[in-house]
Amino acid sequence: MAAVTTTFRQKAGWGTANFVVVALALIPVLWMVSLSFKTPPAVLDPSFIPAQWTLRNYTQILKTSQFVRPLANSIGIGLISTFIAVVLASMAAYAVARLRFPGKTLLIGMALLIAMFPLIALVTPLFSIERALGLFNTWPGLIIPYVAFGLPLGIYILSAFFREIPWELEKAAKMDGATPYQAFTKVIAPLAAPGMVTTAILVFLACWNEFLMAISFTSTIASRTAPASLAYLSGSSQFTVPTGPIAAAAVVITIPIIVFVLFFQRRIVAGLTSGAVKG
Amino acid sequence: MSTNTQTVAAEETTARTGRHGRQLSEGARAERRLGWLLCAPAVIVMIAVCAYPIVYAIWLSLQRYNLELPQDVKFIGLSNYAAVLSSPYWWQALWVTVLITVVSVTVTLVLGMMLALVMHRTLFGRGMVRTAALIPYGIVTVAAAYGWYYAWTPGQGYLSAAFHNSAPLTEQYKAIAVIILAEIWKTTPFMGLLLLAGLSLVPEDLQKAAKVDGATAWQRFMKITVPLMKPAILVALLFRTLDSFRIFDNIFILTQGNNGTESVSILGWDNLFNALNLGIGSTISILIFICVVIIAFVFIKGFGTAAPGTDLGKR
Repeated sequence: MAAVTTTFRQKAGWGTANFVVVALALIPVLWMVSLSFKTPPAVLDPSFIPAQWTLRNYTQILKTSQFVRPLANSIGIGLISTFIAVVLASMAAYAVARLRFPGKTLLIGMALLIAMFPLIALVTPLFSIERALGLFNTWPGLIIPYVAFGLPLGIYILSAFFREIPWELEKAAKMDGATPYQAFTKVIAPLAAPGMVTTAILVFLACWNEFLMAISFTSTIASRTAPASLAYLSGSSQFTVPTGPIAAAAVVITIPIIVFVLFFQRRIVAGLTSGAVKG
Repeated sequence: MSTNTQTVAAEETTARTGRHGRQLSEGARAERRLGWLLCAPAVIVMIAVCAYPIVYAIWLSLQRYNLELPQDVKFIGLSNYAAVLSSPYWWQALWVTVLITVVSVTVTLVLGMMLALVMHRTLFGRGMVRTAALIPYGIVTVAAAYGWYYAWTPGQGYLSAAFHNSAPLTEQYKAIAVIILAEIWKTTPFMGLLLLAGLSLVPEDLQKAAKVDGATAWQRFMKITVPLMKPAILVALLFRTLDSFRIFDNIFILTQGNNGTESVSILGWDNLFNALNLGIGSTISILIFICVVIIAFVFIKGFGTAAPGTDLGKR
């Protein structure tokens, strides 16, 4: 069908469009990669491709605890927040999708409100509360708000997924002699897993990306995350412009995202669009 | 299948309620309890992190409270609001925020639509386009912002060099343009993906019928695609507008709010972490919150945007 109506001009047109999209998406990323490989004097050279390549920027940031510790914090805080958010969101989403109880609309309204919340409005009071509770500059001080902001996303995506699961299968399995535990682990859990994986990816990406709370609720590398640490990186000496190391650090925190996107693009697209279409 | 089981369950419930009079059946009550129990942890976290602090912020905004002068905490009513609303800094920041929001959301909508059409219709390389488009979405905003910052630094960046060694980040409106550019690059893929989902709901038959009737591509787009996609477009716009209104990361890295580029979020942050003024900081927080409520209200009531999730409860 398409082959019959496709002219060479159309092909060329779409080819150009594809090329433009890919180029626009990649050029700023490639620029950062290029910067990260430039030698300190060459950093002050606006050419796109480094004249001399060096790994010095990478060895420098991977040697300093100013970046390595925040990187570990980012991974730890991101994974713990994601795990808690997905577990709590699954419970709530199951209730929303499967059970009848008063207050369901209120729960959804509340989640929606939080999804739209201006973060800065919470930073001031939370800063004050965290200082009073001794949570300031600790892992839980970031994990708790990250969980709260991961929940609305999780509840939306998971309740959309859970509604599509054919729950009669559970009953059928029980009739065939499966115990409730077997019915859950062998029938329902495999069906629910894709939705939970999608949710986990999106929540983790959000935690990994978060900056405002990360710089507001931390003061040292004990709990500062990688994006926040970028703002505090300095050069090898006080007088070196830290361009190279910052570019290298930016590339290091970008790599996991690109790997994620390459592996899970279908799930990411499905998760992002499930809320929008099913509204 | 599922409707079948539901009606059976409903009949069961009516049968039982018939027996027990008006009281809820044991099963329905157990279901209720389980529902509440399952939602409780999520609700508690959301209340602890969002609902309680916002109430606390209202309380803080009514006080004179500077962390440098902890002995001088005093209830002063609405004086903080008077101070903020009569300050040119607030109105300047609000203007910058509105400007960035309107321009970036409008451009993102147009580019996002084009991106969605490319992803939807392209004849080959669809996977490659989609993967490439997801990279700006996934990238850490701060990392991308540094990329833009160096690109526009004279003597260092390729973009600055391409524009005769210009230093746009040192001038107010040029700096705002760079901030908007960074926003657009980061958020167009998200917009494109949301619109792509709406685009796939437009029936192919309608397009073909219109084509047979002699409608041009532009006419088909404006008369068929856009009206059918309106709900998806409005939801995407609402999300993007609210997201853009709280812009922080890009400005923080690109200009630190210098040269008249402060957004309301940056202004609030400055008052808290540089001036250590909890009272004024909270007042700005509450005012931003009110702005966001107004934007959401206009979208939902004015344009008839279906609030995402509102029909979840009915199903």
